[in-house]
Amino acid sequence: MAQVKNRLSPFFENITFDREDNELVLNFGPQHPSAHGQLRLMLHLQQEQIVKAHPDVGYLHRGMEKMAENMIYNEFMPTTDRMDYIASSSNNYGFALAVEKLIGLEVPRRSKVIRMLLLEINRLMSHLFWLATTALDIGAMTVFLYAFREREYLMDIIEGYCGARLTHAAIRIGGVPLDIQDSFLHQLRVFLNKLPQNIKDYEDLLDTNRIWLMRMEEVGTISKEMALSWGCTGPMLRASGFAWDLRKEEPYELYDEVEFNVPYSDKGDNFARYRIYMEEMRESAKILYQVIEMYEKCVDNDETALMAHAPKYISAPKIDIMTQNYSLMQHFVLVTQGMRPPVGEVYVATESPKGELGFFINSQGGPYPYRLKLRAPSFWHTGILTDLLPGHYIPDVVSIIGTTNIVFGEVDR
Amino acid sequence: MRAYTPKDDVQAKAYYTDRFYVAPQVPKQDVQSDAVFAADLAAIKAKFEVKDAFIQVTNMVVYINANDIYSLLEFMRDELEYTQLTEMSAIDWLAKDNTFEIFYQMLSMNKRKRIRIKYSIKKGQAVDSVEKLFRSADWSEREMFDMFGIEANNHPFMKRILMPYDWQGHPLLKTYPLQGDEFAAWYEVDKIYGKEARDVIGPEIRDTARVDRYDSERFARLGYEVPKGTKITDDMEKTEQSYQEEGGVFMITKFDKASSKIIDDPQR
Repeated sequence: MAQVKNRLSPFFENITFDREDNELVLNFGPQHPSAHGQLRLMLHLQQEQIVKAHPDVGYLHRGMEKMAENMIYNEFMPTTDRMDYIASSSNNYGFALAVEKLIGLEVPRRSKVIRMLLLEINRLMSHLFWLATTALDIGAMTVFLYAFREREYLMDIIEGYCGARLTHAAIRIGGVPLDIQDSFLHQLRVFLNKLPQNIKDYEDLLDTNRIWLMRMEEVGTISKEMALSWGCTGPMLRASGFAWDLRKEEPYELYDEVEFNVPYSDKGDNFARYRIYMEEMRESAKILYQVIEMYEKCVDNDETALMAHAPKYISAPKIDIMTQNYSLMQHFVLVTQGMRPPVGEVYVATESPKGELGFFINSQGGPYPYRLKLRAPSFWHTGILTDLLPGHYIPDVVSIIGTTNIVFGEVDR
Repeated sequence: MRAYTPKDDVQAKAYYTDRFYVAPQVPKQDVQSDAVFAADLAAIKAKFEVKDAFIQVTNMVVYINANDIYSLLEFMRDELEYTQLTEMSAIDWLAKDNTFEIFYQMLSMNKRKRIRIKYSIKKGQAVDSVEKLFRSADWSEREMFDMFGIEANNHPFMKRILMPYDWQGHPLLKTYPLQGDEFAAWYEVDKIYGKEARDVIGPEIRDTARVDRYDSERFARLGYEVPKGTKITDDMEKTEQSYQEEGGVFMITKFDKASSKIIDDPQR
């Protein structure tokens, strides 16, 4: 594979192997800095080449699906933060949307706009984090520092909005709890105006970097068939030749009103995925500019509602709770007993930064979901390592894990 | 008299239930209301027995026989362009009628449609693995086995995936309590210290919200702070704690609650 160019010949002077087939089993992780969490890979090696890979997951299993069955719907919201903790608003949103679809709720326009702001900021945060950590794994320390610097700006904006930097819980079933703070749009604009130059800086450092290219080009190639068969989604699927983005194909919120492109590549290797992440950051910035305009239009049109009006399921605005007896009673019931969605099933998929994040909810009309299945993209992006790694060399493992962009909060749930 | 708790479903139950409450239904549409789904269903019906089919929240749900699943998914993948198995898992209905419901969430990227295939199996029955058709089922079926104990025939590696290999019990069953069972309480003690240390260590406390106000070794007592290890009795006075050295710190005036003005007007 690509490593042949500079492959060192193996040097096993002092080591003897017990088995005749000269196969070495290497445990990569579960405590390995470049395994991006608690991934244990059992690698069968012939010299430096992997002949069999066996990913072992579950070290971060917290039983979220079980927890969901024992919690009221609103109570589960902060738990979703802990899935993909790099972009937690995306998880909040996926869950909120699934429950809204279940009860057939339409969310006010202003909160849709705020949700889109949060979602795209989360996407940028996640992609910047991906770039930083992957570059660091491969040895590009500078990019790591630059990308974390930019991510810090975004985290500050989010912190100003919801008070948290990683586990936002910033979205509610039925809307958003708060309007954005005064400085939000200004800070975001300042950031977005700088972002193209920042992305160009990263690209200047990486795009023609010989080491980066050697580690990325023609390494970890996922064919179209393999991507489909393994249920790849998001950048993993788009890098393998499918221009499939749920924001375009099954638009939710106001994504059908914004202009953006879906970058894709038919190469399927690490480098294609890297390029897609970079282009998606540009597209996110493009979307954010348009959403800022939408928000300003909402302000001009005096659309102030943030939460949907559905007394059976959603608490009234704070001012009503404090002034009207009935709203207070209803709020009390919803907080202590929880909402009771209709009997039925729903599967709702959204495009999280990592791929298709799906929530399957089976409700039996009670305050707790009867069954909730979390479809996390990283789960299958880890599984694909079984088929992807054989044939590669040990250093490729690090770059392949990097570009699959797996997060173990999401794999293990 | 102690309240009756059903043993076949030990999950959280609604505290308040209205006897006359009739839960509304998520609306189901007829399959004929969507041309693409209608065509797909007609193609499926020509080859397989369909027990029920409807559209619910933009997804078509099709109920089939358990032994048709492999050939149906193959047919859907090759003929109907449902090229991705997005998700599959089970729902535990053991308390109701001793069955599991298995669902397969299929996606067609060309048609932009999603179909959910469902069937029921009895307890103890195995399902046919579709791992040969969709590699993604490899891990999904392992997860289903791990969580529900449903085995898949012809699966290449039917082992637990999320729980430890030597775990007993299947956590997503409705009979499995949220805080784990007897086995779970001793698992780590046995593993780390050995069975002989059970008496010394005691079972693992698996209730994450547990607070013991008489235990000053492990729990802080806000406003009633005592030195670690103090024996707590019920008639203890509230102990005011001072968090600053008596001599004071350079540049910092010692906080004196008595002489301070406390502003409690939030609108100040």
